[in-house]
Amino acid sequence: MIDRRTLLRNSGAAIAALGAGMAFPSLRAFAATAALPFDNGERPLVKYPQKRPMIGLTSRPPQLETPFSVFNKGPITPNDAFFVRYHLAQVPLDIDPDKFTVEIKGKVDTPVKLSLAEIKKMPAIDIVAVNQCSGNSRGFFNPRVAGGQLGNGAMGNARWKGVSLKSILDRAGVQSGARQVTFNGMDGPVTDKTPDFIKALDIDHARDGEVMLAYAMNGADLPLLNGFPLRLVVPGYYGTYWVKHLNEITVIDNVFDGFWMKTAYRIPDNDCNCVEPGTAPKATVPINRFKVRSFITSVADGAKLKARARITLKGFAFDGGKGIKDVAVSTDGGKTWAQARLGKDLGKYSFREWRMPVRLAAGAHELKVRATSNGGEAQPTEPLWNGAGYLRNVIETVRVTAA
Amino acid sequence: MKLSTLAALALMSLAGPLVGISGSGPSEAGAKPVSYKFPNETATFKPGPNLEVVKNNCMACHSVDYVQTQPRGAKFKEDFWRAEVTKMIKVYGAPIAEADVGKIVEYLTQTY
Repeated sequence: MIDRRTLLRNSGAAIAALGAGMAFPSLRAFAATAALPFDNGERPLVKYPQKRPMIGLTSRPPQLETPFSVFNKGPITPNDAFFVRYHLAQVPLDIDPDKFTVEIKGKVDTPVKLSLAEIKKMPAIDIVAVNQCSGNSRGFFNPRVAGGQLGNGAMGNARWKGVSLKSILDRAGVQSGARQVTFNGMDGPVTDKTPDFIKALDIDHARDGEVMLAYAMNGADLPLLNGFPLRLVVPGYYGTYWVKHLNEITVIDNVFDGFWMKTAYRIPDNDCNCVEPGTAPKATVPINRFKVRSFITSVADGAKLKARARITLKGFAFDGGKGIKDVAVSTDGGKTWAQARLGKDLGKYSFREWRMPVRLAAGAHELKVRATSNGGEAQPTEPLWNGAGYLRNVIETVRVTAA
Repeated sequence: MKLSTLAALALMSLAGPLVGISGSGPSEAGAKPVSYKFPNETATFKPGPNLEVVKNNCMACHSVDYVQTQPRGAKFKEDFWRAEVTKMIKVYGAPIAEADVGKIVEYLTQTY
């Protein structure tokens, strides 16, 4: 596995391959490292069951990043390359789907426990949706902030199949006065002093017909590390809400005040959801919809390209659920922009591919890509900052040389 | 940070049957049981003062890479590490004895 965005090397001999299109077929991934392009960004490439070699951020609890080259292969991220993020180290490792149940309780008329088989008998929906970690790209923050030092690989796009949360809630019968629904999975903390990972959505959001309990991903069972056998899918929302191994759904008549909603995963409560670097916000709200983003996937930073040849730049864009209106590309550092051609529309929550043919004169070039959503949201020219390192969506720049 | 030779060797050993798994087939209709095994942890703490205290406390809940991948530099010294250790105790309920806090902060500040 060679990642175009990263410097790979044999950890013994320090053979380095920089830039696009280089490959060392004999290089064993197990002996390789990846260097994310920020200080202290060297990572092992690690092999987990059901996964191809991934960029290893942490091992207990596990956090794995998708090698960026995967995103150039198409708009759907394969299951074995999909990123992994756990908060707590008690990961359920032995799961018998025939014994698995999810419980729906709290402010409902009829508390129920549904088996996986019962859920699979209900009318299925499917939706292509991006999942992205709140802290994706945190390693690029300047000034740097504490937390998982991720490159751009904590995101992915998959076709999720399952049942709508609405149909599950209707089956139990939500009582009047319900305000939120909380979600708990089988993973848990090492010590009971650590707050269990429980997330909440407002009742109207929970019943929008799109939030779903997914049992399949790209036509297969979920990989264990992506939430087997059942996970919450919250289209357009950051991954923190996508509770894995989901087995407990509780309807409540207040606003949930657990640690992972009340204290963690909060963003500044202002128009840009940002603050002056190094300062704290006056007020915060729970993180919610994705900010619009776009990437160039076909050429890597530092790539050497053929001057005056026709080169097709490509990549993808996504946003928090309005869909992508347009993508523009600059080959002169942002002085001039041209519209890229958008690829197939897989739905408003999906990656949207774009492509654009260019010819580059000899010399150095700054390639930039910027997307605008159907809601009019655009990407900022300069990065916005918050102390938790969430929401990064600056216009991306790839520096190349043509000769 | 470079992987130590030892860590690299340990990583290579993952190529073996350590990473076995049963029942991972794409069977959407009737999912099969999964029994999953993590690869071995490979990251190790660098030598430094109070290393045993650090190992005994920090590694109870998380692997070493949580520490060693954090940002480096002048702004990420004693105040940064004290805040992290305090967060582990106050927020995540880590049972770290008061007497150990200074020792852990000393190790982290001097070593990372």
